[in-house]
Amino acid sequence: MDDSAPHPVRTPVPLPLREPREPGESHTSHDASGPGDAGPPHESGEAAGKEDRGSPVGRRVVLGMLGLGAAGVAVGGDIQDKLDSVLASVSAKDPTGVTGLLPGGGGFRFYSVSNSIPHRAESDYRLTIGGLVDKPVSYRLSDLRALPQVRMVRDVQCVTGWRVPHTAFSGVRLSTLLDAAGVQSKGAAIRFTCFDGVYTESLTMEQARRPDMLVALTMNDKPVTDAHGGPVRLYAAPMYFYKSAKWLSGITVTKDVQPGYWEHYGYDVDGWVGKSNGRHDDPTS
Amino acid sequence: MTWTDGSASRTAAMMTRLHESRAVTGLRRFTRAETWVHRSLAWLMGVCVGTAACLYFPPLSEIVGRRRQVVTLHEWSGIALPVPVLLGLASRAFREDAGRLGRFFPHDRRWLGVALRARRREASLAGKFNAGQKLFAAFSVGAVLVMIGTGLIMWFPRLTPLFWRTGATFVHDWLALFMAAVITGHVWFASKDPEARRGLRTGYVPRWWIKEEHPLWRPESEAPRKTAAGRHRTAPDDDRARERG
Repeated sequence: MDDSAPHPVRTPVPLPLREPREPGESHTSHDASGPGDAGPPHESGEAAGKEDRGSPVGRRVVLGMLGLGAAGVAVGGDIQDKLDSVLASVSAKDPTGVTGLLPGGGGFRFYSVSNSIPHRAESDYRLTIGGLVDKPVSYRLSDLRALPQVRMVRDVQCVTGWRVPHTAFSGVRLSTLLDAAGVQSKGAAIRFTCFDGVYTESLTMEQARRPDMLVALTMNDKPVTDAHGGPVRLYAAPMYFYKSAKWLSGITVTKDVQPGYWEHYGYDVDGWVGKSNGRHDDPTS
Repeated sequence: MTWTDGSASRTAAMMTRLHESRAVTGLRRFTRAETWVHRSLAWLMGVCVGTAACLYFPPLSEIVGRRRQVVTLHEWSGIALPVPVLLGLASRAFREDAGRLGRFFPHDRRWLGVALRARRREASLAGKFNAGQKLFAAFSVGAVLVMIGTGLIMWFPRLTPLFWRTGATFVHDWLALFMAAVITGHVWFASKDPEARRGLRTGYVPRWWIKEEHPLWRPESEAPRKTAAGRHRTAPDDDRARERG
């Protein structure tokens, strides 16, 4: 059966040309010859012109895609802007959250450089303030909540491009904590450390004293979740979001700026939104 | 009487089994170089897609973390994708199959017509590769090139203006979603055809399968064309021979 298979196929080949070849073709050919190739299924130009080497459709597809890709790079920014606003309004009404997964779907993306999401709660969370200060302190969550709270609603802008509009953060102003600890005159910068054990960030003293630099306890009026860097994260409102270190556990006053984690990999130390990292986003604060 | 019958049918069964075992060896569809290229591409693409998912979908990102390592893996597996193909070009069989994949014959157009209108794969219009497989191959080449181009723009952000980077991100993100759909289709069709999978695993496919799925393919081992006259015909001789009739 298998041995003889090719032979009956091969033998009749030389005589009847393509047309009556397959039995299945008789019903195929009349609907296939409809819009595609006008006329009988011999298609003239093809076989006559190119010596039946076939047409290089593969090459055309590849070149076409390269062209489309280049065009996409050229106009993609504008299209994505429009898509962003559409998707943002759709995802606001989308109970499934699926649209949030589309590019520019208007959600936060989760970035972590450590192995897993670290977890600290009421009992074991501490924020220590040390370095060049007169009174090193360690705050519990309840201590932080007892301090004056500030609430801000701004856009969040990531250096990779996504932006989440109107996000509320509340917490203690960084300057409040610095004042309480008493920064020594040599202290010109701050190093932030995190209890994921990996991430670090930095600010100059001048930046840190701005009123829109928070040690945030809530995000969108709920306690900051583990995934978003809870229970306490930095919120550096006027800067790209990599400056807003998650899982904040240490504030150390230093003499010089010590570049943070991503800043060792090429990100700007002064991460102003719209004025750093070669980007021109609208300012967030 | 029954005994004789039984023996006869047993003999018949044995014959069938013999035939089947020969069919199992089947005909060579791919050389080892080609199966190697396919396997290498599958692994690299798997890593690339897996890491992409970990970078992109928040639930996965939260489980995996380690963002910088995942990014590095994604970048290098992506940039390495053309390597197996370039190495494969050293193989004549691979070059010939690449030629087959790249060229459309009238039956391929008809195959597409049937697929688009009747939503079915007309196996009788398929050479060694059907038109869908040809388009998939071309799409994959184009998509990988576009992904590498846009990926490099994002990999080295300082080499290009922001305007390009936003556009590159746009293309990279949306093409990635599209590729995910196409790759899902590729895997779905493969999951439904064990013989096709075996062809890529072992290089061999049974004759009945060729007859059913790729009847216009005329394997070289079948046609005694290893003569001087036959040799100067190049790549897709099977398709061409059939088209010519």
